[in-house]
Amino acid sequence: MTEEIIPIEALQDNAPLAPHRSQGQEIWLQFRQHKGAMFGGGFLLFITLAVLFGALIWQVDPGKLDIRAKNFRPIYTALWDSTAKTGWNHPFGTDQLGRDGLANMIAGGRTSLAVGWAAMLLSLFLGAMVGVMAGYFKKLDGPLMRLTDLFLSLPILPLLLVAVTLFRQPLRTAFGSPEAGMFVLIVGVIGITSWMHTARIVRGDVLALKEREFVLAARSAGTTSRGIITRHLLPNVISPIVVSATFGLATAIITESSLSFLGVGFPSDFPTWGKMLADAVPRMTEYPERVVLPGVAISLTVLAVNYLGDGLRDALDPRIRGR
Amino acid sequence: MLTYTIRRLVLSVPTLLFIALVIFMLLQLAPGDPMAQVPLTVPPEVKQKMREALGLGAPAHIQFIKWLKQFFIIEPAVFIDWLTNTSSWFRWLPNTDLYTPCGPAVEGDCDLRMLSWQTRSPVMDLVIQRLPQTLWVVGLAYVVAFLIAIPIGIYSAYKQYSAFDQAGTFITMIGFSVPPFFTGPLLIVIFSVYYGWFPSIYDTTHVVNDWDSLVVQIKQMIMPVMVLALQITAQISRFMRASMLDNLKQDYVRTARAKGLSEFAVVMVHVLRNSMIAVVTVIALAIPGIFGGSIITEKVFKVNGIGDALIGALFASDMPMVMTLTFIFAILIVLANIFADVMYGVLDPRIRYD
Repeated sequence: MTEEIIPIEALQDNAPLAPHRSQGQEIWLQFRQHKGAMFGGGFLLFITLAVLFGALIWQVDPGKLDIRAKNFRPIYTALWDSTAKTGWNHPFGTDQLGRDGLANMIAGGRTSLAVGWAAMLLSLFLGAMVGVMAGYFKKLDGPLMRLTDLFLSLPILPLLLVAVTLFRQPLRTAFGSPEAGMFVLIVGVIGITSWMHTARIVRGDVLALKEREFVLAARSAGTTSRGIITRHLLPNVISPIVVSATFGLATAIITESSLSFLGVGFPSDFPTWGKMLADAVPRMTEYPERVVLPGVAISLTVLAVNYLGDGLRDALDPRIRGR
Repeated sequence: MLTYTIRRLVLSVPTLLFIALVIFMLLQLAPGDPMAQVPLTVPPEVKQKMREALGLGAPAHIQFIKWLKQFFIIEPAVFIDWLTNTSSWFRWLPNTDLYTPCGPAVEGDCDLRMLSWQTRSPVMDLVIQRLPQTLWVVGLAYVVAFLIAIPIGIYSAYKQYSAFDQAGTFITMIGFSVPPFFTGPLLIVIFSVYYGWFPSIYDTTHVVNDWDSLVVQIKQMIMPVMVLALQITAQISRFMRASMLDNLKQDYVRTARAKGLSEFAVVMVHVLRNSMIAVVTVIALAIPGIFGGSIITEKVFKVNGIGDALIGALFASDMPMVMTLTFIFAILIVLANIFADVMYGVLDPRIRYD
């Protein structure tokens, strides 16, 4: 007959053990510690939702001209200047043609963020592909890294300017509408000229991972190169990719705005934040808000993305996590 | 080190040739027609003659080789002639006569210089007029950025997580995120419109010959330089802080403290010198971004540097000018990369390139 073992009182569990935390929970816990990253992520989520669904709530056509309601000041001007031309029907004011400021900010933000996300995804795809190829296949390493070095010494903004100015017309005709042509062109050129940093980081990680035992085990089990890359290597380099994605998003937004600012971006009746800022610069002494609002929107978005990247880097690094 | 420098310089030639080819192919594939602005009343055969006069009739590879010859042989020849014939420094050298200009009086071989399609004047003359402004603004921005960023980086690393460190990190993050086309107009509104301290337009014709004109020159340079410097400062001080933090944990720091060195000597001599090595690489990494930023700064403050010339030439489809200016940007970037790598080797005795 077996007796049930009763542990002494000090060793008894009087509460159930804390459940094992998954890796995702660990990362989330660490991420939550980083105040800036939480704010950044929250703000990025807010601005993305605002530009996506804002137009459903604020149903004003951004291109509608209302010349009688031109040059409205934003609503907050009434706080210190009660004679200013303000009104709740135009909370962000109107421009010199009477177009509503808030509707333009929403529409402009949608373009800027869409370009940013798309260009970032393209450059990530290219960077990860080049990085994995260079790291995994020894024969490709030399040529691909030379190519990366070459792209790193290209004068990016001048080349972007050249490409966008010269290829504007044919792409417009090819895609039917000028906006679609311009979108493809800008996303394409930004993506093609910004993959190099991702490629370098990914290559370095793949070079180290490929010598590890689990890759050897996978290979001895008969896994093909493709299987090793997709099943074993890519999941392990996902964290540097995510981190460089955030910085890629920030640069893509700034580059698109710079192009719009220099007057080679989207067509003039199609608002983006950079374009609104550029159009407002000649009148900025009378109407500083038209420069400040889009400028602050760009800066805050980029700031949020950069903080998010900082936090993600800390959270995804297992050496820092848990401290 | 000298052999390494020479090897890098030699190796940069194929890189630059490839970049030139990329730019040239881009311009070739582009459908822009320089004759688009010519009135429609001009008959097509005359337009065709005008195209041929611009050198557009020849096949692409001939045009490319011609451009290479103009850029690497004819223009240096003109420059050497100018040095030995007219410049004040090298006039004592025997006069050279490498360049034979084409004209009705010249028989046989003659050299065609690269002409801008906008002005019909040699491209390199325009570039030489505009390059100093860009280099001054970019160079000064670097110096200012270093002077601001290094102390910030040192102090925030030394007092990690202090209020100063938190504020410094936040400010550099802002400098990182706010684009130059926003800070530029903002500074103009604040400092030229409301306070009236600095002019909003950079006057290139201004000649510095006495103290007062120097003050004017400094005043007009402050804003463009600061806009550019803000970006570089943010990058350098972040990097400086990280590098200092790495070094402060090293064993040699404990040794230095243990043998009784003053805290100042430990930080400012031992740690700082070792941390500066890594910061040098940032120079190279930041260079393409800085030249991009300088284009925007030149546009905002109306500095007539090469960035401004590039935008003007692009809108006028002035292909020789665009090609040459983009290539000059590439040369500047490649040279800066080589400079940073060589400096890295000079500063860090552990790195041996040979």
